[in-house]
Amino acid sequence: MTEAIADVAHDHRPPAGIMRWLTTTNHKDLGILYMSFGGLMFFIGGAFIMAVRAELLLPGLQLLSPGMYNQLFTLHALIMVFGAIMPFATGLNNYLIPLMIGAPDMALPRVNNWGFWILPFAAILLLIPFFLQFSGTGSGATGLGWMMHNTSLDLQSGIGIDFAIFTIHLLGISSLTGAINVVVTVLNMRAPGMTLMKMPLFVWAWLITAFMLILVIPVFSAAATMLLTDRHFGTHFFDAANGGDPILLQHLIWFFGHPEVYIVLLPAWGLIPHILATFSRKPVFGYRAQVYALWAICFLSFIVWSHHMLTSGLPLAAEVYFMYSTMAISVPTSVLVFCWLGAIWRGAMTFETPMLFALGFVAHFGMGALTGMILPDVAVNAQYHNSYVIVSHFHYTFFGGGIFGMMAAVYYWLPKFTGHMFDEKLGRLHFWLTTIFFNMTFIPQWFAGLDGMPRHIADFALRFSTMNLVSSVGAFLLGLSQLLMVYIVVKCVRGGPKATGQVWEGAQGLEFTLPSPPPRHTFETPPEVK
Amino acid sequence: MDEALRHKNWRLTIKLLLMVAAATGFAFALVPFYDLLCEVTGLNGKTGAAVQGAQASKVDAARWVTVEFTSTVMPGMSWEFRPAQTRMRVHPGETARISYLARNPTNQVMTGQAVPSVSPGWAAQHFNKIECFCFQRQVLKPGEVKEMPLVFFVSPELPAEVQEISLSYTLFPVSG
Repeated sequence: MTEAIADVAHDHRPPAGIMRWLTTTNHKDLGILYMSFGGLMFFIGGAFIMAVRAELLLPGLQLLSPGMYNQLFTLHALIMVFGAIMPFATGLNNYLIPLMIGAPDMALPRVNNWGFWILPFAAILLLIPFFLQFSGTGSGATGLGWMMHNTSLDLQSGIGIDFAIFTIHLLGISSLTGAINVVVTVLNMRAPGMTLMKMPLFVWAWLITAFMLILVIPVFSAAATMLLTDRHFGTHFFDAANGGDPILLQHLIWFFGHPEVYIVLLPAWGLIPHILATFSRKPVFGYRAQVYALWAICFLSFIVWSHHMLTSGLPLAAEVYFMYSTMAISVPTSVLVFCWLGAIWRGAMTFETPMLFALGFVAHFGMGALTGMILPDVAVNAQYHNSYVIVSHFHYTFFGGGIFGMMAAVYYWLPKFTGHMFDEKLGRLHFWLTTIFFNMTFIPQWFAGLDGMPRHIADFALRFSTMNLVSSVGAFLLGLSQLLMVYIVVKCVRGGPKATGQVWEGAQGLEFTLPSPPPRHTFETPPEVK
Repeated sequence: MDEALRHKNWRLTIKLLLMVAAATGFAFALVPFYDLLCEVTGLNGKTGAAVQGAQASKVDAARWVTVEFTSTVMPGMSWEFRPAQTRMRVHPGETARISYLARNPTNQVMTGQAVPSVSPGWAAQHFNKIECFCFQRQVLKPGEVKEMPLVFFVSPELPAEVQEISLSYTLFPVSG
């Protein structure tokens, strides 16, 4: 008991300055660290793709060698998925889950701290070979694409791949610590009366995400390990000359990779109903249906991976199976979309910035989902595989879905985090700029892809010139307008009109029963949940 | 956090870590499982190991199957490698023999490994090899030319709609 008391006394006097952030085990501090790291990586990953779009502005090679181009799009993808979106979602869960379920902190605060501080080192490890090449050391960072299977055995044999493999191991450990922490917190530390079926949907979505992470991150790490031993220690998992099979690498990686898509999206799916309900002044629509739909999508995501490999020579029966199972995902996904539409149906809607982003999320994710219904068609896929159709499709889901969702969350909970309201006018401006330039970037890519433009290649045929010009200009403006968000967030942190505890008229949930910003320690006495 | 809750949290953490360990084991178990699946179903056009010759299987003299032979040399392999003849008509059940020719034009001793694949994939399990150069690595001295034999038969259970089978060998360099 004395130890517990000493802990509490210590916790009330956090070390000052940098040591507070290095040693913190407080879920709110770590949430802010995770989100700041995700935000920083969002801009680094964005900077890489600006260079790629600059190369694609005009036909021919102007700025980059093809090898450099490969490194840039690969780093863009790895940084955006593993550096920006996933840590940002983890930051949101760190800050919000204890507040939403009435717990004093995450269940494993020390593990939480380790999990975060692995991330900066993983990011540095990934980027070291990229910068070393400018001093003439090594052949640069990995250029294999984010799924690492564009022949990793001999076409590119530089140290960049090995650095990427160890980065994957570190990121995997970090994700697993975060996931285990979520499961333990949610299952063991809910306030009395907070039954599972009373939990906010964001908590449900993260609980399911955490289980998916626990089941598939080890598969990714194992595949990366096999690749490492194949490259350096004489094993033959993927080496056809010695009885291995390169297609096996694709199977292993996509067995991870498809659930990973939902790991990126589920947190956003969970937080959208909160925002739609608040700004429609209605309770969450179809709560039970959404919980079941999330579980159904989680289950289906494990049995559809080969729709990423329909041109790899699978037998017809397998292709047809993967086509239908993939299309089956549209059933629970439609349940979600119709619940979101039901949430705003005949509501007393107002269009503050978070609501705009949430509605933008529904529209853009809807387009990503509909384009995703076309791609698994076996007959059609043969044409669209590895074309810009794919690039357009998954940016509608990842950016239009994942990132629009996270931005909605930033604007929705920012007054709660900081205690200040942000500049609503600038927020709306940010939404409209993002929406217009996002579509300007990715709609032309869809049509370039339909016309046969392949991805992963630094140059393109002349007939795609106009579409790439529009897309590149759109991408530059999209990147620039994100700087506006930095300004809005910084301005909001430094001051502004005071936010009330409830922040938004109509906001529901335990986090809105607390003052804004919440004190350092909350719910040390669990709240009563009716 | 009280002691009971702390204990409960660690128990759940251990269970979740066991799930992580199980998922890792599952990933490595997928490797032999994948091989087995390919072998049993002929997915990937994967052919089986050597079978005993003749089997005294009845030759279906009323039926003809055309077997086509192709070769591919992987990047990084400088050998010339081609079948001695590109097609052959056989009866199901009849033992046939052809050869592939390889030449090492370099001035180094090199080792190669040929990997077979049968198309259409569902015919792979009916394509039986009695003797094949693909069962071992092939070592060629500088300038050496080698005639490498392949003895096979197509089993009479081959589905009736299959009238042509393509057998493709891909030659990989083996280092070390």
